[in-house]
Amino acid sequence: MASPQTEPLLSIRGLACSGGRRRLFCGIDATLRPGDAIEVRGANGSGKTTLLRCAAGLLTPHAGDVRRAGGQAPLYLGHKSGMSSLLSPIENMRWHLALAGAVASAAACGAALEQVGLGAERHDPCGNLSAGQQRRVGLARLAMSDARLWLLDEPFSALDAGGRKLVLALIAAHRAGGGGVLCATHEGLNLPDAQVLRLPL
Amino acid sequence: MSIAIAQTRRDLAIVVRSRGEALNPLAFFALATLLFGLAGPSPETRAAIAPGAVWALAALATALSMEGLFRRDVEEGALEQLLLHARPLWPAVLGKLFAHWCVTGLPLVVLGPVAALALQASTDVLPALALGLLLGTPTLTFIGAIAAALTAGIGRGSLLVALIALPLCVPTLIFGAGAAFAAAAGADATPQLLWLAALLAAAATAAPFAVGAGLRVSQEH
Amino acid sequence: MGPLRTYFHKLGSPRWFFDLARPWGIGFAVVGVSLLVVGWVWGLAFAPEDYQQGNSFRIIYVHVPSAHLAQALYVAMGVAGVTALVWRVKLADMFIAVVAPVGLAMAGMALATGAIWGRPTWGAWWVWDARTTSMLVLFFLLVGLVALRQAIPSERQAGRAAAVLAIVGTVNVPIIKYSVEWWLTLHQPASFSFSSAPAMPPSMWMPLVVNVIGLYSFAGALIVAGLRNEILHRERDAQWVRERLAAGGARP
Repeated sequence: MASPQTEPLLSIRGLACSGGRRRLFCGIDATLRPGDAIEVRGANGSGKTTLLRCAAGLLTPHAGDVRRAGGQAPLYLGHKSGMSSLLSPIENMRWHLALAGAVASAAACGAALEQVGLGAERHDPCGNLSAGQQRRVGLARLAMSDARLWLLDEPFSALDAGGRKLVLALIAAHRAGGGGVLCATHEGLNLPDAQVLRLPL
Repeated sequence: MSIAIAQTRRDLAIVVRSRGEALNPLAFFALATLLFGLAGPSPETRAAIAPGAVWALAALATALSMEGLFRRDVEEGALEQLLLHARPLWPAVLGKLFAHWCVTGLPLVVLGPVAALALQASTDVLPALALGLLLGTPTLTFIGAIAAALTAGIGRGSLLVALIALPLCVPTLIFGAGAAFAAAAGADATPQLLWLAALLAAAATAAPFAVGAGLRVSQEH
Repeated sequence: MGPLRTYFHKLGSPRWFFDLARPWGIGFAVVGVSLLVVGWVWGLAFAPEDYQQGNSFRIIYVHVPSAHLAQALYVAMGVAGVTALVWRVKLADMFIAVVAPVGLAMAGMALATGAIWGRPTWGAWWVWDARTTSMLVLFFLLVGLVALRQAIPSERQAGRAAAVLAIVGTVNVPIIKYSVEWWLTLHQPASFSFSSAPAMPPSMWMPLVVNVIGLYSFAGALIVAGLRNEILHRERDAQWVRERLAAGGARP
């Protein structure tokens, strides 16, 4: 038996999906162990997002098998922020944490927002923030998450150089703490020691 | 339970900040009452149809309000986060529906009798009408939510929501209007009200699962 | 596994169903068409006149089978919905797609013939009788189901959404029927009701039975043909469909 330290956080076997009328991919195998990272690379429309949604459990694949360790919900950062534009970053954060079953004080959320450079905007409605700032609210979720599996869809999109650096630092800290990251990217993040999965196969 | 409360608080905060949007179904209800009043040829006709008209309009207003129930959450991606994290899903669904009912259903409990009075119904009808609406509007909300969940992935599906939800609202409408008409005839409205309570209990038990199943299907793209 | 079990197991998989169901479809079509011809001729030409309604009652030979079938198909869709969602049987989801329009047509036919029959019998095209009203609600339930399917572009998503709605609808149909009955018996004179009609003599109900079985078989043939079509459409990328189409001379 594999111990919890080495048991895969995510294992994908023979995964096949089609988007609309097209077959996107089939026969995908991947294993993500603690501390690992997988970069899914491919052109637009190659099925990166579909693969991530399958891994998250939002989408039932046509064939194949997705297993996540421990029944814990993964953290999924998709194209859509998941933040209400009418609520402030801090209110959105607290709702996200309540969903994940964590109780966090406003101060803790404030500190995480400070870390991603949104200390001053924490009480403004998210709809008033720039696209990059809205992505940064998502990064604050990464900073506060206790999920071991992260699924990141184009984590660099809309971010400036500082934001990109922040993403890389968060991913590095997460991996050092025994977490795993599966991210979809068309440009490549060049994470250290990452497996690369190219679509189409 | 804490998920349900967090969801209710979030949705109520959004309603407060979205300003007038939540009031539209109530404005629709008032406007449609005006149309009924103008279309009724005499005070007697108006008074005769008042309880039924109020119930039919309450069902319509609720069904039309449902289109907005998940629209924002779908567009902003909050729904996929909800599906990922809230396991089981039904407490969050209940929290969401409670918030929605507070904004659209609960005001109808007050507005319904006012509309009936405006249509010259006798005051004997009002208690049965108000109590019926209190028991019936949550059921209408549950049924509408199933339709809204099934169409959540489509966008701009308000007419489709009404088309799916309204046939399912028939029993609630019948017993609700039945209670008010019984009161108008001077009879005891208790049996109809008990039926409304039974329908509410059934809807509250089964609908959150149907809503959850519908939402999961809607995000499979 | 016994041969019979293997047979039914294969019947559940689209590829096998496509071949195995062909004789079923032909059988249903032959039985259905011949029974309908016999039943209609018998009912329209040879069954005795009704002593109250005269010849107008003969529309019963179209009306009752279609009303019956519409309800049975709706319940069948509910069962298929459970099968599709719980056991993920692809064929069950296709079944709903194929049956919904057939059920809608049957409900529409029952309403239309009911109205035509109502004019000479009740003196009105439409009467808020418990049965007609329940049938009207069923008609709209089916309209909603068909509209939902057509509004969702992805076949899989549309199929699963329709399965959920079919289950919700099937659970509600008895409640709707009961409440409508309660409402109308309370507020309408019962003289319109059929329930007190005298029992029909065998010479009248036997053609009716023939027509009911005939219409069920005919619908069975339509459904089998529709399912085979749907299978070809959904599995058009599969190797076996390409081979089949190539062998048949058609381009894949």
